Amino acid sequence: MKLLLDRIDEPGLNRLEVYERRGGYQALRKALGMTPEEVLQNIADSGLRGRGGAGFRMGQKAGFLPHGDMDKYLVCNADESEPGTFKDRELMQKNPHMLIEGIAIASWAAELDRAFIYIRGEYRQQADILEAAIAEALEAGYLGERILDSEHSLTLVLHRGAGAYICGEETGLLDSLEGKRGNPRLKPPFPAIEGLYHGPTLINNVETLCTVPHVIRMGGAEYAKLGTETSTGTKVVSVSGDVQRPGNYEIELGIPSRELICDLAGGPPEGREIKFWFPGGSSSPVLTKDDLDIPYDFDSMAKAGTMLGSGAVIVVDDSHTVLEVAQKVAHFYAHESCGKCVPCREGTNWTVKMLRRIESGEATPMDLDIMAGVQEQIIGNCLCVLGDAMAMPIGSMIEKFRPELEAEIEAARQRADAAELHDVVPLGVADPHAGPLPVHTAR
Amino acid sequence: MSFRIGDPRVEDTAHEGGDGAARLRRTTAPVPRFGHGSRVPGWDESVDLSKDPAVIPDKETTPVPAELRAEIEAAMAKYPDRRSAVIPALHAAQAIHGWCSPEAIHQVAAVMQVTPAYLSSVATFYDMLETRPEKVGHHDVYVCTNISCSLRGADHILDAMVKVAALTDGEVHVRAFECLGACDIAPMASVDGEYVGPLTPEDTEQIVEDLRAGRPVLESKQLRFRKCADPGVAEGASDFSPPGGDVPRTDTAGLTEEARELDRPGGTAAIEMPAEEAAEEDEE
Repeated sequence: MKLLLDRIDEPGLNRLEVYERRGGYQALRKALGMTPEEVLQNIADSGLRGRGGAGFRMGQKAGFLPHGDMDKYLVCNADESEPGTFKDRELMQKNPHMLIEGIAIASWAAELDRAFIYIRGEYRQQADILEAAIAEALEAGYLGERILDSEHSLTLVLHRGAGAYICGEETGLLDSLEGKRGNPRLKPPFPAIEGLYHGPTLINNVETLCTVPHVIRMGGAEYAKLGTETSTGTKVVSVSGDVQRPGNYEIELGIPSRELICDLAGGPPEGREIKFWFPGGSSSPVLTKDDLDIPYDFDSMAKAGTMLGSGAVIVVDDSHTVLEVAQKVAHFYAHESCGKCVPCREGTNWTVKMLRRIESGEATPMDLDIMAGVQEQIIGNCLCVLGDAMAMPIGSMIEKFRPELEAEIEAARQRADAAELHDVVPLGVADPHAGPLPVHTAR
Repeated sequence: MSFRIGDPRVEDTAHEGGDGAARLRRTTAPVPRFGHGSRVPGWDESVDLSKDPAVIPDKETTPVPAELRAEIEAAMAKYPDRRSAVIPALHAAQAIHGWCSPEAIHQVAAVMQVTPAYLSSVATFYDMLETRPEKVGHHDVYVCTNISCSLRGADHILDAMVKVAALTDGEVHVRAFECLGACDIAPMASVDGEYVGPLTPEDTEQIVEDLRAGRPVLESKQLRFRKCADPGVAEGASDFSPPGGDVPRTDTAGLTEEARELDRPGGTAAIEMPAEEAAEEDEE
């Protein structure tokens, strides 16, 4: 069943006229005919869980916002930067009005009149499309003062970021939207109590908000019949990496992962086998080919020791080494760490260095234990989960592919010996020949 | 991501000589370091600690291009707090100056009435704000090198792109970038905001050629023409063809030929089309 991707390639769907012809903005009309409490109850009944990564129930989150007359905000998180995720891009590019309708409904439910879309700066085309769609909606009276002659008013502003992974983290995003460096904040207070400009703020992912019109249209209880009991509804999953047909696929939550990876996305290239895969973006602990029968939903993934995250499946086949992928992952997080918390800033950087030692033949099997120890010390010790997002996949790679990494260490040592380059420099001694190190302060 | 000091990709071009190589080196080596990571003494000599920090420039007397001033003021009006407009303002200044130069920062500071240091703190945080000299009107090519793209050969694309761009004398600025959110067309690159992929190393020359000729970049590989991979999206639809074929040709961003002419780079033009015209196109 397609809700979000339903006939999404229809030409001109990004224009109001086509969207309306297909029944667009009817959910907003329906919602404005209800009280905010009823809309909120529908969202709560639907069991809709956040699609951005944490999987928190949207109804519950919106319910945390205090009532009454005050400056409250809704922020749509369109800073889609988790490696492997590209579902929001397709939704915003092809069906921007669905997102605007979702925002209008959600802000009615949360009784607020000011909303922002924080879109990553790289999505220039998508931002332009959204901006034009907002102008159209404003003109047609779906935004602005007294929407469709109801009590509801809404100002919607599109804000373009400038390229920083950390701004996808909700408090980092708020700082960035306030015009600062995108450093995460200490929680609590959570944004629902004190967020943007110190006002209560509801933050939701693009896909979550795009689902809201469908929830209202179908009714919360009806929507909850889709998917599994605790992971309701449909989800757009981005499948990429070593598969034959990478792309976005909308599935009902709870189907076997094998169906998603091997049937829909076509599985690994001819003659190759799946070695391991990330079920929820590069931040999620990896699963192997033995785990392909796990149902693809929030709880089954949690039970398997990993997470559904943003719903980005990255498949790695047997032509790639674990070390190669681990280096990419670690390098990404070392680059994107904002540097505020020491365990993350230092932990990501040292993990990169230790992985480089393996590659250059300077490592011993003991390094794997040290590296695993570093990961454990990052998890849970920072303001946000960026450090954890590196520590979890790297930790799981060391755990699941230890023999391969040990063999890699040995092979690299022998290579280095053979090349007579095996002059290990103790750490802490200046050696101009030791070669480059990743420069963390590249920004 | 910037290139590291001694990065083989940079070394390669350096051996071949040329201005491009020197330029790449400059953009890539912020601080000289020892092998163990410490900064080489003297790295901060250019900082004059005896100077007072710059104050907020005077709004009236600082010369600022009129369009830049207007753009920043319009951005500030959109937010409850004017500082929220810092990123849009720096983007606008960068478009005029080529990078966030001291002059650009000074002008933005004058209009926004914040200190230059505050703006520098923001500019240094974000990857898309350049804090090293770039030519005015240069083309930005971001090559994605994150997991999904690198599994499909992004490193070769980057190597080829760096080599090709090195010959353009700063006209084309190449950077390795973290996940750009288009893993379905991996390996890919963003050329002035236009996503193209899947790329082969040979495509890089075409990219530079297209940029120089001022025509749409690698049009057959632009993301905007790509249909959704999910076979189910076409079910029950009557007025468009189901996905298939090597290069799906329907422009899902809804651009007409002439709109596309006006629309380098970005993608708004189609939506501003008059309603009748749009309806006609839909009927077709």
